[in-house]
Amino acid sequence: MSAVTSQKAFTAQLKKVYTFYTGGFLFFLVVLAILEQMGMPRAWIGYTFLIATVLLYAGIGVMSRTSDASEYYVAGRRVPAVFNGMATGADWMSAASFIGMAGTLYLQGYSGLAFIMGWTGGYVLVALFLAPYLRKFGQFTIPDFLGARYGGNAARFVGVLIAILCSFVYVVAQIYGVGLITARLSGLSFEVGVFVGLAGILVCSFLGGMRAVTWTQVAQYIILIVAYLIPVVWLSVKHTSIPLPQLVYGSVLEKVTAREEQLLKDPKELEVRKMFADRAAAADAKLKALPGSFDSGKADVQKAFEDAKAGNVPGDQLAAAQKAVDTYPKDAAAAKAAWTKDAAVKGRANAPLRHGEAFPAANEKARDITRKNFLALIFCLMVGTAALPHILMRYYTTPSVKAARDSVFWSLFFIFLLYFTAPALAVLVKFDIYTLLVGTEFTKLPAWVNSWQRVDPSLLSIVDVNKDGLVQLAEIAIGGDIVVLATPEIAGLPYVISGLVAAGGLAAALSTADGLLLTIANALSHDLYYKMINPNASTSMRIGVSKALLLVVAILAAYVASLKVADILFLVSAAFSLAAGGFFPALVLGIFWKRATGIAAVLGMIAGVSVTFYYMATTQPWMRGLFGVTSPIADNTWWDIAPISAGLFGVPLGFLVIILVSLVTPAPKREVQELVEHVRYPNIKGDTMNTSAM
Amino acid sequence: MQLTERHKEYWSRNLRITAILLAIWFVVTFVVGYFARDFFSFNFFGWPFSFWMGAQGSLIVYVIIIWYYARYMNNLDREYGVEEGEEE
Repeated sequence: MSAVTSQKAFTAQLKKVYTFYTGGFLFFLVVLAILEQMGMPRAWIGYTFLIATVLLYAGIGVMSRTSDASEYYVAGRRVPAVFNGMATGADWMSAASFIGMAGTLYLQGYSGLAFIMGWTGGYVLVALFLAPYLRKFGQFTIPDFLGARYGGNAARFVGVLIAILCSFVYVVAQIYGVGLITARLSGLSFEVGVFVGLAGILVCSFLGGMRAVTWTQVAQYIILIVAYLIPVVWLSVKHTSIPLPQLVYGSVLEKVTAREEQLLKDPKELEVRKMFADRAAAADAKLKALPGSFDSGKADVQKAFEDAKAGNVPGDQLAAAQKAVDTYPKDAAAAKAAWTKDAAVKGRANAPLRHGEAFPAANEKARDITRKNFLALIFCLMVGTAALPHILMRYYTTPSVKAARDSVFWSLFFIFLLYFTAPALAVLVKFDIYTLLVGTEFTKLPAWVNSWQRVDPSLLSIVDVNKDGLVQLAEIAIGGDIVVLATPEIAGLPYVISGLVAAGGLAAALSTADGLLLTIANALSHDLYYKMINPNASTSMRIGVSKALLLVVAILAAYVASLKVADILFLVSAAFSLAAGGFFPALVLGIFWKRATGIAAVLGMIAGVSVTFYYMATTQPWMRGLFGVTSPIADNTWWDIAPISAGLFGVPLGFLVIILVSLVTPAPKREVQELVEHVRYPNIKGDTMNTSAM
Repeated sequence: MQLTERHKEYWSRNLRITAILLAIWFVVTFVVGYFARDFFSFNFFGWPFSFWMGAQGSLIVYVIIIWYYARYMNNLDREYGVEEGEEE
């Protein structure tokens, strides 16, 4: 059988397998739904989802085990474009996309669209500048390309460092997400959840490397997209009676906008917001008057209690006075902490933002800054997308350059399905909360509100601040993640769909974590160990080292995640800016400019990633703490750009350094120039070069 | 390996289509984004137009750009005889 027919047969076989799989999965859902109707307890449904999906991934992982280098690193280079598209979709969409994004859109309105555009538009850059050329080059890792193009181990080594830096911060965030979801599905503690989730990640990637990761990612994509779409479609039917939320939520947005105008003027809303403003102002005043205010405040509550006792007031007032004494801060330091927390309610005194308004701000100057940061964030996310090694690596796995080009299309298509649904979901949930929940009597709150308030008050808490017995919008404190997690209950779907959504979130986090861990392990085992330290290592030795490193890196990442050290969302965004500043200029110029020299690329990569890192370290609160930076943030800010978009400086600097240094250093050798020509043409007669590693 | 004039022409046509598609990408993303308040806030089937662009319109354009580029280049490969052999 020739290679073409065997590839065709392989593709047909894959289609059959995954059609069966999807059918089987839907059957599984229906069976669970029936069991739920028959009285299966909720906890069991959660366990069933957790165990069934992880076993499924493990099964695929075990069946795909391999010790062949080409299979282990690039899945044998025979992944058809459509399937590579699905795998890239799952690789790409992390817990942040699946759970966090609709919530960000709910909370930020138009500003949140920066993530929607940034995380899709980057694929245009992947398609135009990188994927087909990297596929033609056809080795195993991104540092492979840097090493070959920029002649030597210096470029490769810098590439390894940057790949590890951005992938590690990213994978920590994913494992954190895995821990949260596992804890929610199973009721285990977060720390245990992290390590249970870790087992789930390792069963996919440990035995079969890229090959196993690819086929589990396809399976994970199918679960996550089904899990994302079902509740949104249902919610759309509830509010518009049309099952195509993406097409019809414009009319819902109009209703939300009209409702926002009402709520902005509503006297009860104003009353609640003023109460928050007053509470914050009082706390501020007490904070300023420390330490004196601690003693006077203590005397005040004591006196109020004595008065209440002497005055024979009703029992509940006496109890309240008693409570005020009991809960009064123990010392000045505790008082400071408590009042700082109180002062933070200032944010809740703000008027709600208008969902559809671009760049909301108090004045023109602030508006300009908002706009600048919106565009800068889009830029960094896009360029970062086109520079993250775990994504670029996927295009090594297609059978041909043509398939690589097609595969970028399929990747974005599959990502698009989720990304153009997320803004619809945010608007539908907002409509539900603004029109149905606001104005409800506290005694008649919907069941989902009560259950989520109990499960996690940081995600949802509603307190009758002005004691009128009705819910005001300003009385609702909401965490973004609830938008996706609670949608099934808001839409009135059975619990089995809630379990499905959690399983979808788990699939999203596991698949991304797999891709990232493999990237790190390969950078260390293939680039550092095999290419630089021990070029004579046998294939089995190389793969053995890679597997061992995978284990070590995974455990290390899980350990860091379990410490809950940093702002997780910041870590994810930081990975994009770092990758953008470090890799993008060197990769693109390496293909499009023959004159780019090795020393220039090394310096450019270092400059790009360093300035990005430096900007974050001096302007981002958590990083400043880590590096002990004490000078005021305003002094370190350039052009009012937020630390999340630090790549805005790294990318142009990287280009600039590479171009300038290239011009003053001798042109690259003849064979490097031939390599550039080689990657530019899918197939050229008389080209004797063969960079493809099998 | 010696590049012929035809090979060079292939590459310059590749660069041209890359530049055109990149320009479209830039306009859809950054020009529309920059003027989101000023010119693009009119009502579009219920959405403010700039909001719709950010949430759907630009995404659709991105998908089409990539689809078109793949089709164009796959044809160009054949036209200039640099397509991959059957065995791949």
